[in-house]
Amino acid sequence: MKWLSVKWLTIYAVVYMIFLYAPVILLPLFAFNTSTIIAFPLSGFTTEWFVGLWHTDTLHTALGNSMIVGLTTAVLSTLLGAFAARASARFTFPGKTGIVGLIMLPLVLPEIIVAVALLVMLNQLGMPLSLWTVVAGHVLICTPFSIAILSSAFRGLDRELEEASFDLGESRWGTFRRVTLPLVLPGVISSLLITFTISLDEFIIAFFLTGTDVTLPVYIWSQLRFPAKLPSVMALGTILLAVSVLLLIAAEALRRRSASRQGVETTLAGV
Amino acid sequence: MQDDKTPMIAIRDVVKKFGSFTALHGITADIREGEFFSLLGPSGCGKTTLLRTIAGFEPTTSGTIAIDGKNMADIPANDRPTNMVFQSYAIFPHLNVEENVGYGLKTRKMPKKDIAREVAEVLSLVDMEGYGKRKAHELSGGQRQRVALARALVMKPKVILLDEPLSALDKKLRDQMQVELRSLQRSIGITFILVTHDQEEALIMSDRIAVMFEGQIEQLDTPEGLYRRPVNKRVASFIGVMNFLSAKVTEQTDTHLTLDMDALGKIDLPRDRLGEDITPESIGTVGVRPEMLTVLFDQSDWSQNKVEGEVVDTEYYGDMTYYKVRLPGRDAPLSISMRNTAGRSVVPPGSPVTVGWGAESIVVFGD
Repeated sequence: MKWLSVKWLTIYAVVYMIFLYAPVILLPLFAFNTSTIIAFPLSGFTTEWFVGLWHTDTLHTALGNSMIVGLTTAVLSTLLGAFAARASARFTFPGKTGIVGLIMLPLVLPEIIVAVALLVMLNQLGMPLSLWTVVAGHVLICTPFSIAILSSAFRGLDRELEEASFDLGESRWGTFRRVTLPLVLPGVISSLLITFTISLDEFIIAFFLTGTDVTLPVYIWSQLRFPAKLPSVMALGTILLAVSVLLLIAAEALRRRSASRQGVETTLAGV
Repeated sequence: MQDDKTPMIAIRDVVKKFGSFTALHGITADIREGEFFSLLGPSGCGKTTLLRTIAGFEPTTSGTIAIDGKNMADIPANDRPTNMVFQSYAIFPHLNVEENVGYGLKTRKMPKKDIAREVAEVLSLVDMEGYGKRKAHELSGGQRQRVALARALVMKPKVILLDEPLSALDKKLRDQMQVELRSLQRSIGITFILVTHDQEEALIMSDRIAVMFEGQIEQLDTPEGLYRRPVNKRVASFIGVMNFLSAKVTEQTDTHLTLDMDALGKIDLPRDRLGEDITPESIGTVGVRPEMLTVLFDQSDWSQNKVEGEVVDTEYYGDMTYYKVRLPGRDAPLSISMRNTAGRSVVPPGSPVTVGWGAESIVVFGD
């Protein structure tokens, strides 16, 4: 009986992993294929699609735009998330549940609705569409993620630690710098990383709210209309995939080191 | 509470409200310089709140707290001459022992060399030399407690506040730390204020104890005063064990009262044995401590008064034996504790015994 369930669970796990990652594996496979047609059998090995990316100026502009939007979004939403997370972890105030619920709402709101609503509002206000309007939209959808990550970091912070610092003559700002920040730093890094990643690959809001400056996902979408450009998109996707994986590995390594320095055992899920 | 010197801490009519809940109902007390002072009471009596108002973590709703003659009303916690040892110890987990202890000195912008010297000095004072590079999670509960104490001591404050610092330790370590903390306090002479719910701990360590119930100080006295002369039944039953017997005044003279007590019979007491607030008419109960009663073993054991009873339960603790003795005309048995000195046998349950007691052991309570 036990043997049977272990066997079925293993099969389930393997099938699950294939379903999850097989499409992702196809990306690098076709990125190095000589044919412009995305189909098996593979015709030969080439790096010309990658070299081509190097000479595509519009791509570089889109990448630059995405970096500006992603970094700004990450910093702003982590900052806002930190305020909200600390308030909800430390204080009780009237209507707290409702307020926190409203802040977290964009997490489950369909993005297209958020995008259309923002577009209508910006038009009414007469604000021109630009990268900054994209940032505003991205901050809106990223802040709930930041709050979710930082809430557990702030909840895990013993209130008496901050009081002890204050009691030992340190100012409020000094307490934040010497005690609070080092202890919530792993959470802050996670939040920066995840909000940056969300912003980097967000398409709908970027598509609706950007003016003439396109972000990377919008650029990729525009390239998909030309079949000949498909291998280049595959190559671009491969680079993005590699960067994401490296970024996540780096962040997790950093987080583990920082956690062990604090003497706290945590898993990624516990962040 | 009259003192020729200004008290180290003068607490005057301090009221603390949390919304509609009143945690402190007008506390007034003086804490002397160099004193080991305890706030003792059950959980929720306001003792921790009082400590936190002294530390500056909670503003008072009304009333004043002055430390060394200076009103603390507008002075935040980081400017007060007090340092706290927290219940959780609050050792900074990202810093090692040295950095923890030196934290406050760094705040004062002390040169690194001086910090290192002061930290080494205080670590040796609390018996923690050689642990400077350890992290909080590499320390035992007792060691954390020492680090927390060292971190407060190194600041050389006028007052050290201790919020149930021993409650997280096991019994053996706690007993040891009680003695150590007490002798440390005596040798350095800093005023200590200890919050505890453990009456034994308060009795062992303190010069004076304020017993608190429901946001008020019920009695402020020395450990002996509290034990021997509790002002009411609540204090008496909180501090140690007390047998309560109903009693009535049957006769009065200018100097003496005659009390008729349940099971023990009549007794003459001088009037000055009554507490300040007790009138002869209000007397309804007397108390007697278990060790003030004696099981009489043979004719050579003398006692002022005697009464016959029967042992219903015997608890043998090696050095002591605790008896429950039922007296005729009384349902609840009396608790009696006896030292097992040479030649004293242990009386098994069911045996008839003679219980001896003296008039001076009777404590009188108003109702």
